Amino acid sequence: MHFIVCIKQVPNTADVRINPETNTLMREGVESIINPFDMYAIEEALRLKARLGGKVTAISMGPPQAETALREAISMGVDDGILLTDRAFAGSDTWATSYTLAMAIRKLGQFDLIICGKQASDGDTAQVGPGIATHLDLPQITYVRKMETIDERRIVAERLLENGYEVIEAPLPCLLTVVKEINEPRLPSLKGKLAAKKAVITKWGAADLPVEKGKIGLEGSPTKVVKIFTPKPREGGEILVGEPEVVVEKLVARLKDIVLDAAS
Amino acid sequence: MAEPLIKILADKCVGCTLCVKACPFGAISMVNRKAVIDLNKCTLCGACVEACRFNAIELKKSRDAERDLTAYQNVWVFAEQVDGQIQPVTYELLGEGRKLADQLGMKLCAVLLGAGITPKAAELVARGADIVYVVDRPELAYFRDEPYAAVLIELVRKHKPNIMLCGATTIGRSLVSRVAVSVHTGLTADCTALAIDPVSKNLLQTRPAFGGNIMATIITPNHRPQMATVRHKVMKEAVADPSRQGTILTEVVADTVLRARADRLRFVPEETVTVNLAEADIIVSGGRGLQKPENFALLEDLAKVLGAAVGASRAAVDANWIPYSHQVGQTGKTVCPKLYIACGISGQIQHLAGMSSSDVIVAINKDPEAPIFKVATYGIVGDVLTIVPLLTRKFKEVLGK
Repeated sequence: MHFIVCIKQVPNTADVRINPETNTLMREGVESIINPFDMYAIEEALRLKARLGGKVTAISMGPPQAETALREAISMGVDDGILLTDRAFAGSDTWATSYTLAMAIRKLGQFDLIICGKQASDGDTAQVGPGIATHLDLPQITYVRKMETIDERRIVAERLLENGYEVIEAPLPCLLTVVKEINEPRLPSLKGKLAAKKAVITKWGAADLPVEKGKIGLEGSPTKVVKIFTPKPREGGEILVGEPEVVVEKLVARLKDIVLDAAS
Repeated sequence: MAEPLIKILADKCVGCTLCVKACPFGAISMVNRKAVIDLNKCTLCGACVEACRFNAIELKKSRDAERDLTAYQNVWVFAEQVDGQIQPVTYELLGEGRKLADQLGMKLCAVLLGAGITPKAAELVARGADIVYVVDRPELAYFRDEPYAAVLIELVRKHKPNIMLCGATTIGRSLVSRVAVSVHTGLTADCTALAIDPVSKNLLQTRPAFGGNIMATIITPNHRPQMATVRHKVMKEAVADPSRQGTILTEVVADTVLRARADRLRFVPEETVTVNLAEADIIVSGGRGLQKPENFALLEDLAKVLGAAVGASRAAVDANWIPYSHQVGQTGKTVCPKLYIACGISGQIQHLAGMSSSDVIVAINKDPEAPIFKVATYGIVGDVLTIVPLLTRKFKEVLGK
C-alpha cells in the first residue's frame, strides 16, 4: 500500500524569543524542526507500512531548506521525500497550500492513505488536511487518536472529540489528521541516518505540477495578511505571601467574585 | 523562476533598518546599507511595507480584478449542536455576529443542521438570529464531515452570505475547511477578534500565530463569504430574549447531498469529563508538581466545588497521570477560561501558548522562579499538595457548599 504523509518545517517554538526592544519575534538561530504533529503522522505511516507492506512518501511544501525536514523523515524510515518549492508558491494561505499539495499528490498517482498532523505549530489552523481531502474529493477522519483496523479497502479509526471519541469507518483512499495520543514517534536509526544522507529528494516547482497559475501562492490565496503585530506581553501580577492558611484566604477573597460570576 | 512578488527599491532605500525591526520573520538584513529580503524566509505579510517611511518596498498585491461582491449579504453563524443541544460557542458567535451585522446593516442568520432539531431554532432567534435556516434530516443527527459540508456548501451557494462564522471546535474546523475550499473562499482559523473595516467593509479577522507570540489581522478582500472560525470563550454570549421575533426557514436538500463515504460506527463518551475543557469558565490544571497520579484527586475535589474542568500539562499527560484529552498547551488544547488555576505547572512556553489568554491566571508552585509566575495574575509560592486542599475547603465555606 502507498501511504503519503504531508509534513511542514516549522521553527521550534521552544526557541522562539521576543526581542524586548522591538517586541518582534527573534528568529535568528532558531532551530527548524518537523512540525511536532507531523511526527505522529510519520510514525503512524511507518507502523502501517510495517504491518501491511508498501511504501511511505513524505511531501512538504516550503523553501529549499525544508529539504532538511524531508531528510529527517527519511532517517525515521520514510522511503521517498518530495519537496514542493518555487517562489511562485510564496505567500500561500491554507487554500493555496492545500491545493498545491493536493495537485502534487494527484501527480504521484496511486495512493491509499494520506496522513497529516492535526495542525502546524506555527500557523495552528488545522485547515490544510481537510483542504487536501476536499481538493482530491476524499473522505476524511480528523483528530485521529487511534487506528482500530485497516485493510486494503477500509479503515476504522477513533476521532477525538471534546466530549469523548467516535469510531469512524471510511473507505480507502482517505485522509487522516492525527493527534499526539496516537503513538510515540521513533528516533532515527543509524541505518536511517545513512539513508537520509544518500537520499535524493525530488523537487517539484509550479511547472512540474498540474496547477492553475491563479490558484497558487499569494495570488491563489483568498486571505491576505494586512497587519502583523506582537501582543503586549502578559505581565506577572501579585505574589501572595504568608502562611498557607493566610495566602489561601487572600486568594479566595480575590477570586470569589469571578467564581460566583462563572457559576451564574 | 517567477519574478519575486516583493522587492526593495534600491534607489529609495536609505538604510534606516526600520524594516529589519518590523519583520516578524527575520527575513530582512542590511547589505551595504541597503535592505535585502531573504525570500526563503519572507511570507509576504507586508509588515515591512507598512514600516518603511520611504516607500522603498514594493509588494505586488493580488492581481485579481476587483470582483462585484454586492450579491453577498448577511452574517451567518453555524449553529453547532451535539445530541440536539446547541453548543454555547454558538451563542458567543451570535453575540459577535449581531454586532457585525448591525454595523453592516445586514441580517444575522443561523444555520442549524440536525435530526428533529427544528424546535431548537427558536433558541437561536431568542439569541439574536433574524433568520434560521434549518435542515432537519435523520442523516444529520450528529456531525458527519461530508453531508454537513455538502449541505452548507449548497446553502452558501444558494443564499450567498457575506460572512460566515463557526466555532473553532473539532467539528467546526473539520467542517468549514471543506466548505471554504469547495466554494473557493478564504477561511481564517481560531480568531480572537473580529471587526469591520470602516472603509472597505471587509471583515478584519485577528488571530494568534506562533503559539500566541504574534498576532495577525487577515482579510478576504475578493472572495465571499468571508469565513472564520472563532475561539471559544473569547466573544460574549448573546443574551436570550424569548420575545424576539425571527423567521425560521426549513431548507430542503436532495438525497444525493447527504451522501457519506465515512460513517460513525459508535460514539464513546469520556467518563471522567464532567465539564468540557474548551467550554469551561474555570479550569483547574495540574502538572508535575502533583508528584503522582493519585494527587489529581485533589484537583478534582477543587474542580467539583468550583464547577470547573480539569486540565493538565504535557508532563502530567506524558507520565500517564491523566488522559491526553485533558492536555492544555501547544500539542493539546487551547483554552480561554475566565479563571485558570495552574497547580504545580512550571509554565513552559508550549503550555503558556495554550492558556495565556485566560482572563485570570492563578499559579501555585514551589519554585519561585517558575515561568508560570510571569503570566500569573495571582501567584502563591508553595506546595500544591498543601495549598490545594486548603483552597477547596475555603471555597466550600465561602460558596456555602
